[in-house]
Amino acid sequence: MTPTDHRDFTLSVNGNRVQVTHAAPGASLLDVLREQVGLTGTKGACEEGECGSCSVLLDGELTCSCLVMAATSVGRSIITVEGLEGDPVTERVQAALVDAGAVQCGFCTPGFVVAATDLLRREQSPSTTTVQEALAGNLCRCTGYGRIVEAVRLASRGER
Amino acid sequence: MSAGHSTTAPSTIRGGLGESVTRPDATAKVRGEFAFSSDLTADGALWGATLRSPHPRARIRRIDTSPALAIAGVRVVLTAEDVPGAPTYGLIDADQPVFASDEVRFVGEPVAAVAASDPDTCQRALEAIVVEYEVLPPLLDPERAIDPSSEPIHPSGNIVRHQRVLHGDPTVEGAVTVEGTYDIGMQDQAFLGLEAALAIPDPDGAGVELHVATQWLHEDRTQIASCLGLPEESVRLVLGGVGGAFGGREDLSLQVHTCLLALRTGRPIRVHYDRRESFLAHVHRHPARIWMRHHADPEGNIVKIEARFVLDGGAYASTSSAVLVNAVTHTQGPYRCPNAVVDGYAVRTNNLPCGAMRGFGVVQACFAHESQMDRLATACGLDPIEIRLRNAMRTGDSLITGQTMTSVAPVERCIRETVALPLPEVPIGGDGSHPYMLPGGAGLTADPSHVVRGIGYGVAMKNLMYSEGFDDFATARCRVEDGEVTIHVATAEVGQGFVTIAAQIARSVLGLEEVRLHRIDTGVGSAGSTSASRQTWMSGGAVEAACRAVLSEILGIAARRFDLDTEGLSVLGTTIVDAEFRPVCEVREAVAGEVIEQTVEYRHHPTVPLDADGQGACHTAFAFVAHRAVVDVDVDLGLVKVIQVATAQDVGRALNPLSVIGQIEGGIAQGLGLALMEEIIQVDGEVKNASFTDYLLPTIADMPPVVARLVEEPDPQAPLGAKGVGEPPCISVTPAVVAAIRDAVRTRYGGLRDGTLDRVPVRPIDVVAAAPHG
Repeated sequence: MTPTDHRDFTLSVNGNRVQVTHAAPGASLLDVLREQVGLTGTKGACEEGECGSCSVLLDGELTCSCLVMAATSVGRSIITVEGLEGDPVTERVQAALVDAGAVQCGFCTPGFVVAATDLLRREQSPSTTTVQEALAGNLCRCTGYGRIVEAVRLASRGER
Repeated sequence: MSAGHSTTAPSTIRGGLGESVTRPDATAKVRGEFAFSSDLTADGALWGATLRSPHPRARIRRIDTSPALAIAGVRVVLTAEDVPGAPTYGLIDADQPVFASDEVRFVGEPVAAVAASDPDTCQRALEAIVVEYEVLPPLLDPERAIDPSSEPIHPSGNIVRHQRVLHGDPTVEGAVTVEGTYDIGMQDQAFLGLEAALAIPDPDGAGVELHVATQWLHEDRTQIASCLGLPEESVRLVLGGVGGAFGGREDLSLQVHTCLLALRTGRPIRVHYDRRESFLAHVHRHPARIWMRHHADPEGNIVKIEARFVLDGGAYASTSSAVLVNAVTHTQGPYRCPNAVVDGYAVRTNNLPCGAMRGFGVVQACFAHESQMDRLATACGLDPIEIRLRNAMRTGDSLITGQTMTSVAPVERCIRETVALPLPEVPIGGDGSHPYMLPGGAGLTADPSHVVRGIGYGVAMKNLMYSEGFDDFATARCRVEDGEVTIHVATAEVGQGFVTIAAQIARSVLGLEEVRLHRIDTGVGSAGSTSASRQTWMSGGAVEAACRAVLSEILGIAARRFDLDTEGLSVLGTTIVDAEFRPVCEVREAVAGEVIEQTVEYRHHPTVPLDADGQGACHTAFAFVAHRAVVDVDVDLGLVKVIQVATAQDVGRALNPLSVIGQIEGGIAQGLGLALMEEIIQVDGEVKNASFTDYLLPTIADMPPVVARLVEEPDPQAPLGAKGVGEPPCISVTPAVVAAIRDAVRTRYGGLRDGTLDRVPVRPIDVVAAAPHG
């Protein structure tokens, strides 16, 4: 690998066209979002799609950004936790996570916000097992998930 | 008397103690705006990375860094020769090299560090460094490490600590005896936020500022400064946002390397570990083998316990000696025991170094003593609850160390309240609505008709704060300026929520609602470590004391202003009141235009080291907890689904009930993980599962509902009546889950093959092998 392999491209992040310069070949979308675009709300914790800390919406689909090469995301809509600000479902999720005590260290939290937003956009009043199924790809080491389940219940339209 | 107001004073303050106040940092965290240490950068920052040993034990013959230095973008390569100060560091013994020089002692030991323009160039530099090793035979078996004929693998020898506990009459025999040998696997803290740091050198090169995720800023600073050969005041630490800790950030990992690279290059340095490196670079929970023999009278009263502990500390000492003391002194668990003969070893091997993890030695002891209590119940014809109630410890009892239990000890109440909690209504094998309700989950492999339910219990005692004569203190500064309170502590906020509690304490003591927290850094005295369930007690005690010192000045101001005697004044809600509780004035009126600042150190009562026979009042205080686990087991396939965990925990006083519940649920998840899935697998000293694909953590689908009761009996020894709540939740849930699995196997077969289901984590094969026939 030589530095000449580095490349430039344009991404659509949170509705904005973002010029990425000198990206390492094979750089993950996660790394490019954090280090080049400067959006650090998306977190990295496992680098292999096991923990969901790096969750983003790619063309509207919940995706681990550590598993996607940035260069293959050209022409696709990338929405990060920062881009969900103002989204009514996200705001309900965020408020519920705070109120339910679902935040401790908070490292996994942005990933849960993105994943729970994705769930509640699809299902307004999910059952507990549906919540578990939807969020099983997001690891949390602090809370034991009880408050997170409670937060999603609070945020779901049927309960508020 | 001229009181300021005639209205009745409100007796409480919004956001004070006892209220489930939400975290001050929660909004930033849900928006992705909270800065974790991995989010920090600085203009002109370079990247650093670490070269690690591929061998569990080898002599370093030669290191050639020149091929790495020849790569464009590589700024510096450092080895042991470049360490200007002490070559080694450690929390208790400075026995661990910054970089290995003569010999490497575990797979993953740092050998060199590089700084380069970007992470890819760092990786190429690491690959280019030439290290010639002479591979030596590793010492991997902890029993062999005890054998005096084994070759020492470290100049300090292979036994880190040997500790006996001899108490009462060692010759006493019980009418009933039960014994077992128990194995506990190596658990990882697996905090989500990987190790990350940013070091910024001073412009004159004479000092450095390190932003790092850690548990104890001041101890880190002491060790870093020693290795850098700098005075401590030239090393300033700032807490970078911490993504969980659980003991894994108590020892140094990247701190010295990052500072060295910054000082050598004159540029800011960022070092980020990936998950594999994280598994190698922090200490883990000690794997342990524990033998216990309980002696009891025919009624099930314990008359003696014999035990032997062997903890594998890995290559370096870390906190192994303190972990061993915790393990051997908790042999009895929360039960009376008049006589004890205990022998314990913490040894050095060429496995991964082990040290602090939530529960700190007591997790291991508890799995053994609770398994023993179930064996004893069976032998005495009692049920598992009755045997525990019969032996439950009380305040005033004498421990096997000779120490008197002076803490409030509501053991019996914890057990009774746990038992009284409702059992789950879910039918055995689930209601068919979703495969997640079956053992094995969505794999759809369990046959509901083969599923058996089991119930098990575990009870634990856990020491709080530091032990054995350690000068344990915490510092807090309280400043009131124009009615706004600022609390400055160096207390590492790792997710546990001290930032919330600190503000609640300040509001309740001072009667002022506006409280902000200063940046957490070494600009104020040490708070001690965020470990040993100690910060609510210690830093909480310090914040309370600092606020009380400020309050006495405020009351003095009010007394002078209204010509009253200070002695009779106090704060009720937000109002200063006189001896008859009549309002004098609002606190915020008394402090208008005033600047008051006080810095206070809080210490707990002194403890003493254990003597050679393990006698001495070595611990500060204790907390208690009981757990009940309900599991569904497919005994043919060995699959386990935890259906519910019930718990009653002795918390003293819940300063923030929501925060306490968060600690309880989170701790239970970690204990469930140890019971069923979490284990670092090493083969010939090499970790085989250093990833989240292969090291299994409980997911949201693995976690059952938790039903919890807070047992609130304020402890008069605790500054706010509140005991630490962080560790107890993860301790006795592990034996409770395993006991429930044993119960299910017995229900299915009418018995259990002896000597099975005595190790954690329980693997499917262990469940299958527990069948008494075939």
